[in-house]
Amino acid sequence: MATGFDPSGRLPDFFTNTGTSSFTQFLSQAAPEMLPGRRPLPPGLSGDVAPHGTTIVAIATADGVVMAGDRRATMGNLIASRDIRKVHPADSYSLIGIAGTAGIGIELIRLFQVELEHYEKIEGAMLSLDGKANRLAAMVRGNLGAAMQGLAVVPLFAGFDLSPSDRARAGRIFSFDVAGGLYEETGYEAIGSGSLFAKSALKKRYRAGVSTADAITLAVEALYDAADDDTATGGPDVTRKIYPVVMTATANGTQRLSDEEITTVAERVVQGRMENPGG
Amino acid sequence: MAMQFYASPEQVQRDRSEYARKGIARGRSAVVLTYEGGILLVAENITTLRKISEIYDKIAFAAVGRYNEFESLRRAGVRMADMLGLSYDRRDVTGRALANAYTQTLGAIFSETQKPYEVELCVAQVGASPEQDELYRVTYDGSVMDEPGFMAMGGQAEAISNVLRERHDTAADLQTALALAAEALGSVGGENGQARTLTAKQLEVAVLDRRRQGRAFRRLTGAALTTLIGHESVPEAELGDVDAAPPAPGEAKPTISAASADTEETPPEKS
Repeated sequence: MATGFDPSGRLPDFFTNTGTSSFTQFLSQAAPEMLPGRRPLPPGLSGDVAPHGTTIVAIATADGVVMAGDRRATMGNLIASRDIRKVHPADSYSLIGIAGTAGIGIELIRLFQVELEHYEKIEGAMLSLDGKANRLAAMVRGNLGAAMQGLAVVPLFAGFDLSPSDRARAGRIFSFDVAGGLYEETGYEAIGSGSLFAKSALKKRYRAGVSTADAITLAVEALYDAADDDTATGGPDVTRKIYPVVMTATANGTQRLSDEEITTVAERVVQGRMENPGG
Repeated sequence: MAMQFYASPEQVQRDRSEYARKGIARGRSAVVLTYEGGILLVAENITTLRKISEIYDKIAFAAVGRYNEFESLRRAGVRMADMLGLSYDRRDVTGRALANAYTQTLGAIFSETQKPYEVELCVAQVGASPEQDELYRVTYDGSVMDEPGFMAMGGQAEAISNVLRERHDTAADLQTALALAAEALGSVGGENGQARTLTAKQLEVAVLDRRRQGRAFRRLTGAALTTLIGHESVPEAELGDVDAAPPAPGEAKPTISAASADTEETPPEKS
């Protein structure tokens, strides 16, 4: 596990020193090999060696945020996975979704989840929503080298702000670029290969202060539109009963929509498209 | 004047032990005990500097003695647990592994350095039933003991233990367990050997709730604690929180995600 264990059996100094409340900073001393972005890559582009995750949408609602992701991962022209899960809780009040190289994205999510929980336990208080977004930006920045070689990953971060400057805007969304740039979005945002189409759909239908239930339908519709025009985005799979992963973050915490709930919403959307394919 | 050139190892060990024991006895005490719904951790503490902390899903930490020393051990525990959980899985982080790391560390510090740590700590891991709860006591010299459902640490721990030993009941509810803990802590330190009555302000209280999915730790503070100490029951939803997380029981644990299971499922409605 940790390198350099003292022969006396004593935990090495970097475990006990005051140092930092950040788990990634601790790992950079204790076990740097566990951090992504530190591994040497062979020269040249290596983007085609691993599956890619595709479209994620996030919508700010009256009570918080809704985030949804399709279930497809692709490798070139092949479907690598039909039921990958790309939207996860980051902690009890925030959500993270990823697009790009799936393996690196999932590792980034896991590390980010531990990072937030670690800070909470060490400091006895939760990071502010902006603090969380900044940490995530720093972690994305760490992956820049790999991104330049084709293994790019871009997260979408959204959460319920427990101490917002404006109470009506407690649900906030942050997007990132591969260089670690952090941008707060208004209303809605989408990332991944189908994001153009998803955002166009949301542009026409989104209204500020939308209810969570309506936003869930909006998100599933937007993913349907993305899947309609982008081969890398998976639409609702009625034969296998695979539907988008939808999560919400509100004052009550994060929650994933149950299979029954999402099935109801997705089947209604599909039914609507049977009559009017353009939505 | 004779200079002492040689001190026998026995003498050195004895001196260090005595030094550490004196240091620990100066501080206020803490008790940890199992009850029907989980493990209760109570420390006599009027400051905001905490003696009780969450380490991982089912594991908590309580300590007495010198703050700077047990605080660095607490951080080490959180770091170790989070690292293990990330490399393997959340279910693979155990209280015993932590207790082992603590005993090795304290043992090495005791035998190798001039000044031993003046701390005594408890690693508690909650199980599905009181029989499966684990309480490890780790002392300043690195010795570790598996305690039978209750333990007291700090000044006059023996007297406090006696109160607990007589009345501890694994089937007790939270109120009864808390009343016993407060009474045990108050049984020492009064004027002329009188018992003291401790109020909510003098106590730091937390539980590891065995019915909770994911992170089982939560602190009892403020109004909920005052009501509980006043021997009135408090509805489950108002019992307080993990430092930051909302109460949220869930079902299964995702293995792909490194987040605790309580961030996944439907939280109870807050009334």
